[in-house]
Amino acid sequence: MQSMESTRSTRSLSFPDKVLHRVFTHLTSNEDRNSVSLVCKTWYNADRLSRSKVSIRNCYSVSPEILVRRFPNVRCVTLKGKPRFSDFNLVPPDWGADVHAWLVAFADKYPLLEELSLKRMVVSDESLEFLAFSFPDFKRLSLLSCDGFTTDGLEAIASYCKNLTEFDIQENGVEDTSGSWLSYFLESFTSLEVLNFANLSSEVDFDALERLVSRCKSLKVLKVNRSVSLEQLQKLLVLAPQLVELGTGSFSQEFSAHQFVDLESCFSSCKNIQSLSGLCDATARYLPAIYPACANLTFLNLSYSAMGSDELDELLMHCPCLQRLWVLDTVGDKGLEAVGSNCPLLEELRVFPSDPFDDDTIQGVTEAGFLAVSFGCPRLHYVLYFCQQMTNAAVATIVQNCPDFTHFRLCIMNPRQPDYLTNEPMDEAFGAVVKTCTKLQRLSVSGLLTDLAFEYIGKHAKNLEVLSIAFAGSSDRGMQCVMEGCPKIRKLEIRDCLFGDAALLSGLDKYESMRSLWMSSCNLTMDGCRLLAKKMPRLNVEVIQEDESDDSEADKVYVYRTVAGPRKDSPPSVFTL
Amino acid sequence: MERLVSFESHHDHDLNLKATELRLGLPGSDEPEKQTTSSVRSNKRSSTKISQESNTNNSSVSDDHEDCAPPSKAQVVGWPPIRSYRKNTLQAKNKSEREVGGAGIYVKVSVDGAPYLRKIDLKVYKCYPELLEALENMFKLTIGYSGSDYAPTYQDKDGDWMLVGDVPFHMFITSCKRLRIMKGSEPRGLGSCVGQDMKV
Repeated sequence: MQSMESTRSTRSLSFPDKVLHRVFTHLTSNEDRNSVSLVCKTWYNADRLSRSKVSIRNCYSVSPEILVRRFPNVRCVTLKGKPRFSDFNLVPPDWGADVHAWLVAFADKYPLLEELSLKRMVVSDESLEFLAFSFPDFKRLSLLSCDGFTTDGLEAIASYCKNLTEFDIQENGVEDTSGSWLSYFLESFTSLEVLNFANLSSEVDFDALERLVSRCKSLKVLKVNRSVSLEQLQKLLVLAPQLVELGTGSFSQEFSAHQFVDLESCFSSCKNIQSLSGLCDATARYLPAIYPACANLTFLNLSYSAMGSDELDELLMHCPCLQRLWVLDTVGDKGLEAVGSNCPLLEELRVFPSDPFDDDTIQGVTEAGFLAVSFGCPRLHYVLYFCQQMTNAAVATIVQNCPDFTHFRLCIMNPRQPDYLTNEPMDEAFGAVVKTCTKLQRLSVSGLLTDLAFEYIGKHAKNLEVLSIAFAGSSDRGMQCVMEGCPKIRKLEIRDCLFGDAALLSGLDKYESMRSLWMSSCNLTMDGCRLLAKKMPRLNVEVIQEDESDDSEADKVYVYRTVAGPRKDSPPSVFTL
Repeated sequence: MERLVSFESHHDHDLNLKATELRLGLPGSDEPEKQTTSSVRSNKRSSTKISQESNTNNSSVSDDHEDCAPPSKAQVVGWPPIRSYRKNTLQAKNKSEREVGGAGIYVKVSVDGAPYLRKIDLKVYKCYPELLEALENMFKLTIGYSGSDYAPTYQDKDGDWMLVGDVPFHMFITSCKRLRIMKGSEPRGLGSCVGQDMKV
């Protein structure tokens, strides 16, 4: 076999860099690109110079300096910050993940930056202003589950990003001081294709919105907030019948029969709608107006709309192509039966709880609803299901009906609840899931679970990448089974389980190939964490110690691989060991 | 107009507290203590945290002692796992649902002797007979105003308990906060002003 030296010269003659770059631009997946960069130094260089999109799923795994040094020509960046459990208030607000240092580095090295997608990052108004001023070519902004900014920051984006095409503000902790930001888009500004401000609560200047929609002829996605009335929505639809994704505002108003007919014909001229959301306060009276727009609907998001079973049934009869459905549990098992009957092409179902903190009332959905969907929707592969009761037998039947699950997230809302019919643990349910669903990538478990459930997972879930565990397990062995058995595990989030230091240390060999591990309210000690940190220097082992509880205990632990070393911006409550 | 006076304290003596104990799982299912076996280490750390700044509508605070009862949902931080944005939106919606003019008027209905409450939307009904028929179907009982039947009572805006039917229906829906279907003799003490334009 020829050595690298002698082949290198022939290689560079037969493959000039430009050709390699050209070839590599066809590699869209960053995983593929990561692989090619390992082949040899030439390929590594070709990749780094030609990579234009990077996705950093843990902002502390690498530093801005390292990133810009390796990839000098990036135009699109995705950054994810806080651990996912920060969405549920388990992470202190000052924990970190501030985007500003990144923006400063980008302003210096990526002046042509076009796209920024941030998830669970802290974004201040100053940062948004800095962004608006630093990148004249900036086109696409997406903020999901971020916090730290107010509508003032949005004003800066609207005012100065003259080439903006996407403005997507979703489910953030925004301080909504006023709706005037929308009026800051210049009259000469016409490039918008995506506008999503459903998350914001203030009333926006409707005239400004109307003019904006009117002049942005390429607008494909429009998701308005609740302050926009039905009558106002109608005006917008008349201006933008080309919409592909629509999020309505408030959907209840006193309409005359004549007005209703107008509304209906308005929806019927929207022939391209594939995704529909909002529909807050939608009543049975006005819902029929949207039926004409549902012929090509593939995604229906009713998770902010307290719909009943009959209304849902009616609506679904008009959605023959539905692939993804999000609902509130107000639809009940009866509503889910309607889903099973009307949606044979369904691939994804999410059922959210409408009143999750009400223990004493029978409400929501049960195993019956889930079963009904599984019988009618064999293509189902993604489910998120919040319920008050479940049985092992039901889950076993469900996965027999739908063996292709890639994402199975079941939340039995009362912690440690057994099978309500047999009173057994829910071990067999999740055993059935991992044995039958060989393609399973993501799993969230709940209910009463012993180590047996985790034995099953370790033994069968060979494609599992993300696992969320709460109030489960009987001993360290549970976590050990997962660490030793699941070769592809990337993210593990655990709360309120008995797992202790032995369990933590059983994953020693795994953590460097994982993105992160979160363990809170388990039985970890500082000594155990220190030992882990000592043995694995390329991991950051962070302990969050918020109150004056016992110093030897480690209540919240976050472990992640990094090439950037311990971070320098930890707040006082976070210790990197 | 008859009013039920302090019927709550009256009734406590008769209450079978165990039967109305607020927890999930069918009545008669095993005590939660059974779930945590000897493999549990000493309770050096309770798995529940009392959420102080919690913006949930919980009213009670649990005792943080050795028992292993499953923590009630409202007391556990970040559980069920719903994003803050969605949670806040839901809570605002649930509050406003109690007010007239919202999408529905949801009130809780309790039945003496039944451990679980149900919720109904009063807006769905046009008159008393419709409402009563629905209640009878939902709880599988007979509503009447004499003998040992069940009698429907409601708590109005002022917190007073009244017999259902004493005001015109449209007034009733705006003032009803909660329904309680009482059994036995107590409702009879309210007098017989009811009955004419109500029960079929």
